[in-house]
Amino acid sequence: MFLRLLSDVRWRAANPKWRRMTCSRRSTSSTAEPHPISLPAQAQVVICGGGIMGTSVAYHLSKMGWKDIVLLEQGRLAAGTTRFCAGIVSTARHVSIELKMADYSNKLYQQLEQETGVKTGYMKTGSISLAQTQDRLISLKRIASSLNVMGIPCEIITPKQVAQLHPLINIHDLVGAMYVPEDALVSSANVSLALATAASRNGVQIHERTSVSHVSVQKGRVTGVETDRGQIQCQYFVNCAGQWAYELGHSGEEPVNIPLHACEHFYLLTHPLKEPLASSLPTIVDPDGRIYIRNWQGGILSGGFEKNPKPLFTEGRNQLEIQNLQEDWDHFEPLLSALLRRMPDLEALQIMQLVNCPESFTPDMRCIMGESPTVRGYFVLAGMNSAGISYGGGAGKYLAEWMVNGYPSENVWPLDLKRFGTLQSSRTFLRHRVMEVMPLMCDLKVPRWDFQTGRQLRTSPLYDRLDAQGARWMEKHGFERVKYFVPPGKDLLDLDQSKTFYKPDWFDIVGSEVKCCKEAVCVIDMSSFTKFEISSTGDQALESLQYLFSNDLDVPVGHVVHTGMLNEKGGYENDCSIARLSKRSFFMISPTDQQVHCWAWLKNRLPDDSNLTMEDVTWKYTALNLIGPRAVDVLSELSYAPITPEHFPSLFCKEMSVGYANGIRVMSITHTGEPGFMLYIPIEYALHVYNEVMNMGQKYGIRNAGYYALRSLRIEKFFAFWGQDLDAFTTPMECGREFQVKLEKGTQFVGQEALLEQKHNGVYKRFTMFILEDHDTDADLWPWWGEPIFRNGRYVGKTTSSAYSYTLERHVCLGFVQHFDEKTGEELVVTTDFINQGEYEIDIAGQRFQAKAKLYPLSSLFTHRRRKDEVELSGYQRE
Amino acid sequence: MLAASCCDRRMCVCPGPRRIAIPVRSSRLPLLSDAMPAPAHLFPLIRNCEISRICSTVCYCHHKHLCCLSSHFAHSHFRYAPQKKFAALYRPKENFNHFIHARDYASTPQRFYLTPPQVNSILKANEYSFKVPEFDGKNVSSVLGFDSNQLPANVPIEDRRSAATCLQTRGMLLGVFDGHAGCACAQAVSERLFYYIAVSLLPHETLLEIENAVESGRALLPILQWHKHPNDYFSKEASKLYFNSLRTYWQELIDLNSGETTDVKEALINAFKRLDNDISLEAQVGDPNSFLNYLVLRVAFSGATACVAHVDGVDLHIANTGDSRAMLGVQEEDGSWSAVNLSYDHNAQNEHEVERVKMEHPKSEEKSLVKQDRLLGLLMPFRAFGDVKFKWSIELQKRVVESGPDQLNDNEYTKFIPPNYHTPPYLTAEPEVIYHKLRPQDKFLVLATDGLWETMHRQDVARIVGEYLTGVHHQQPIAVGGYKVTLGQMHGLLTERRARISSVFEDQNAATHLIRHAVGNNEFGTVDHERLSKMLSLPEELARMYRDDITIIVVQFNSHVIGACQNEEL
Repeated sequence: MFLRLLSDVRWRAANPKWRRMTCSRRSTSSTAEPHPISLPAQAQVVICGGGIMGTSVAYHLSKMGWKDIVLLEQGRLAAGTTRFCAGIVSTARHVSIELKMADYSNKLYQQLEQETGVKTGYMKTGSISLAQTQDRLISLKRIASSLNVMGIPCEIITPKQVAQLHPLINIHDLVGAMYVPEDALVSSANVSLALATAASRNGVQIHERTSVSHVSVQKGRVTGVETDRGQIQCQYFVNCAGQWAYELGHSGEEPVNIPLHACEHFYLLTHPLKEPLASSLPTIVDPDGRIYIRNWQGGILSGGFEKNPKPLFTEGRNQLEIQNLQEDWDHFEPLLSALLRRMPDLEALQIMQLVNCPESFTPDMRCIMGESPTVRGYFVLAGMNSAGISYGGGAGKYLAEWMVNGYPSENVWPLDLKRFGTLQSSRTFLRHRVMEVMPLMCDLKVPRWDFQTGRQLRTSPLYDRLDAQGARWMEKHGFERVKYFVPPGKDLLDLDQSKTFYKPDWFDIVGSEVKCCKEAVCVIDMSSFTKFEISSTGDQALESLQYLFSNDLDVPVGHVVHTGMLNEKGGYENDCSIARLSKRSFFMISPTDQQVHCWAWLKNRLPDDSNLTMEDVTWKYTALNLIGPRAVDVLSELSYAPITPEHFPSLFCKEMSVGYANGIRVMSITHTGEPGFMLYIPIEYALHVYNEVMNMGQKYGIRNAGYYALRSLRIEKFFAFWGQDLDAFTTPMECGREFQVKLEKGTQFVGQEALLEQKHNGVYKRFTMFILEDHDTDADLWPWWGEPIFRNGRYVGKTTSSAYSYTLERHVCLGFVQHFDEKTGEELVVTTDFINQGEYEIDIAGQRFQAKAKLYPLSSLFTHRRRKDEVELSGYQRE
Repeated sequence: MLAASCCDRRMCVCPGPRRIAIPVRSSRLPLLSDAMPAPAHLFPLIRNCEISRICSTVCYCHHKHLCCLSSHFAHSHFRYAPQKKFAALYRPKENFNHFIHARDYASTPQRFYLTPPQVNSILKANEYSFKVPEFDGKNVSSVLGFDSNQLPANVPIEDRRSAATCLQTRGMLLGVFDGHAGCACAQAVSERLFYYIAVSLLPHETLLEIENAVESGRALLPILQWHKHPNDYFSKEASKLYFNSLRTYWQELIDLNSGETTDVKEALINAFKRLDNDISLEAQVGDPNSFLNYLVLRVAFSGATACVAHVDGVDLHIANTGDSRAMLGVQEEDGSWSAVNLSYDHNAQNEHEVERVKMEHPKSEEKSLVKQDRLLGLLMPFRAFGDVKFKWSIELQKRVVESGPDQLNDNEYTKFIPPNYHTPPYLTAEPEVIYHKLRPQDKFLVLATDGLWETMHRQDVARIVGEYLTGVHHQQPIAVGGYKVTLGQMHGLLTERRARISSVFEDQNAATHLIRHAVGNNEFGTVDHERLSKMLSLPEELARMYRDDITIIVVQFNSHVIGACQNEEL
């Protein structure tokens, strides 16, 4: 039954090569010789997994000209999750890169049948996402805003319009809905087979019933794969093994961590209605009811994401079991109730089947893509969080570009495998986290929500102390960081439930922390930052770093340099501060989630020289940030050393004693533009130094502060943050950091040519600060990030981060402005005049607010001007 | 005080001919219904007052009426519901409905509701769980552990429970004790009985060793490891007294030294009888300490039933005295649950018991022995600890009461002699012992006082505990297969299943779960929160009319160990 509906076997007839294989398989089934075509001894690329991901990668690679590709599938093509999935192509996504992938997939599938001759069942039905609450409607409006500026038709409609679009829906509890008319339905297995057919025509060899046992690695590079049918030597390996990707990653001698975990996923199939449903009827997504409903052969197909998911294969199992998974009606009951509430007329409809189709989920609800940080040539594409069909085409394309060109054509950092480390690979962690992630698929995503599971993994030695003082925590890369401190006496319950798109409950708390930073001194525990030490016996360290970083690192010992780690195109791979500890050793600080990426980047590029060593010392130091005008007083009392600007200028680093503890690395930077110091403290002294600082600071009004205060401070000062504002597609020239690039430093460096070119030709986007003018902080929706920016009524870009500035008493948004030709849409050079001569508006969930654009931070904010040229005007920022 | 004792179900303790012989069952049941004709003047009251006040008033008034109207109610009641089973199943509900009507009438329904967390905190206040520790990942005991709980209706509760592991012999002891005419006797039995049993089971050498240790002031071998809820207390004051009695017992055992290996059945019977004897003796002898003197008298003049299980490997012995009950939960091959009784109630419903009592006394007393289903028209259980009123001669009773402390003399109950009291003793503490060899399909044992059995049939108990212990996932999964099922039908089916399951999730303790059902079950056999909330929010003086103290121990067996034992023997 299922095979007939989800996989159309006729496609093989169209492909002679395949027909031969199928025939021979049939004939050999009696002669017990199952594999008539032997595996090649070598290939350029071996792809493991014949689902939508594997076939999409093969399709795109072969289209880009790589022909020497072997695709291995342990069972049959498109027989795993791909075969069972619901086949909904939906572009309504929160994350912009996911939105782009879905949009591309949709366009690809639409023409696939024509291209390959394989019936894909593509049907443009549109989709309707329902809102039962006002908050949900806001969330949909935010998506609608970003879909519209992407050129994807989309509108917010009333419940009445919903009823017109779909006859069965009960609309009495709806407040609105979002209609995306271009969304489509496909037969997912057939899409996958179509991609395989096209790839096969382009020369890709496809072998079914061949399982990869492990990947061979030599000197950190993929050299081949072992299969149950022999060995294949290869340069590239692509792990598209879906829910088995984790196990496959761990099967080799050099493990590749692919943090994903499978959960059971149920959907219902019914017999046709008396009056069969039209195949063009739009798909319904009812996130508040946790269900989706699509038409299916005159009946419906409906599934959902329950609150209590059932993770499976935690211990790792054989794929054979996937077919034997049981239906679980009791588990499905809440979803069935939601379905009948939404479409009461379906009561009399006859059940055909409840399908149990496991899906893999990742720790942060985003898919996993990219090259392993430890094994070169080992690529991964998996963990689709049940949106495999929507992402399949786009994800395959980006990965193929990545392999062929060395980088994809879009910023895929949010999906990059390197955002995870080994710490996310614990099976227990994954099991617990995916149980939280799966319900989140339907939960309302309000600004700044935090995962609740898998917490308290990495903590600062001060964790308990801070927690006892009312700290509220968020997590980054497994590290607990303080958001803010709840003052004693505040109702705690209230605060933890502050889930809103409007002014949050912590507004006043963070306000008072900011005020303290401005007027007295605050201490923020910033231990999560990634810290590397690079040293050498000779000049190797300096030479290598001069090549890898854009700023001039040949500075006197004790100086701190803000610099980008750029790629060939001049884009930021990392943004860091580097202190020169001695002639031959450097201390490098970069954002928390750079731990894996930056390590891999440097490892791959530093010369293989035993005299040059790089060490990850993140765990060795606790970092305290002393922010505020009185920080200098606190520190000088504790160290008995002169810390006046003359002795300790800005961007300076000194090892000194604080209290009884010696060897504290003190740097005159705060990552906010405010005066103050970062203290890098060997962890065993952390508690002592913290106590000393707090005791001594008492008379200067010291208090604890959290990252929300830091965020407000850095955004009002126009500080960009890597991973949020900056990415591999942003150059220093585009964000006003030309002064951090020393084009004339006398040595070549990565990205130099690209930057030179930009310097000559100008930039095509420009990092700009917007101050909201007519925005009522108390009554209006708050900006978050991803809001479209309009210049003179025309879309010019999106915001990347925003915060309320307690000093300006206005919201500040940071974002990039582009210049599209009014007629052709072609990207033009963005000049200062272009930025300055425009009327700007920011679109928050469909409502536009006037904004003033600034290319430089407001000088009035810098009350404590120290060395004029060294004010951290554009010090990198991270949170 | 008088009102409370009047409510005692087991024994009407109001002295004087006028108030005798009110079977308590009638006093619990016809609260508003049967009594309606009498207090018609109450209606305006109900209309105007807070319900809580009304309830107490109503209760109080009725109480008086019941006492005055005497046996009329009893007769009418038993005519309608001749079997205990029926009474248990239908009567409370009927009353309850009346109660609800009264509440509706008062139109203040909100005031009584307890929230689910409040209900839970009441239900879970006394819950206790014990898991037999595993060794090297293997549990060698046939007992996995037990859950116990009690829900008071009397204030203070008159039920007691005990659980302990025998340290010098193998096996585990568990027991429930239902006190009447106060809790003193039940308390004493719950503290002392297991020591008597353990000592009875000890081999001669161990007894010698212990005696020598006591003699020479050395440390004693521990005999029992208790598994107690913090609320299960032991009286400190009496420990010396109790110890001396116990020591006398084992000294006698040493002297007797039969040389034969101890038979568990015999040991249980001896221990029961001996303890009851000691209780009786201590009361006769008295104690120079006035507090203790009063205590031993209270123990002797109150009573308690006992139902004790001794589990050692596959050997299960149940010793029962009175009307608490032991029931085995058996899982049939098809996964369904059935109940096997492992004890007989000693009360008027048990023909053999009536027979026995009649055999032990002259024919002339035949008519007065059992009246209104009570021993001498007073006592419901036909066997019990304490209750010297039914054991001592009239002279002895008078002598002890007169020489006893003033409190005793002032108490009308103790002075009152049962009617037709000619050939004491009428009562014994000797248990009936039933042996059962555990099989792998025997999954659990429920020991409970009659508070549970009055409201639930054993078959339901077996099913509820069975489903609870095996977990929800053991409910037969639904498969559509080739059947024609509509979404609506499926939805109805699932909703029903979920209602059944949801009550399971709230409890971590099988005994708590059972109490939840016992108190809160509606006519469909599912827990109805509203009903549960009402039952638990009854005012103290009213609670006893709708339910009795409930004490439950659920022992879970280890089928693997039992299976292995069986195989070894084969």
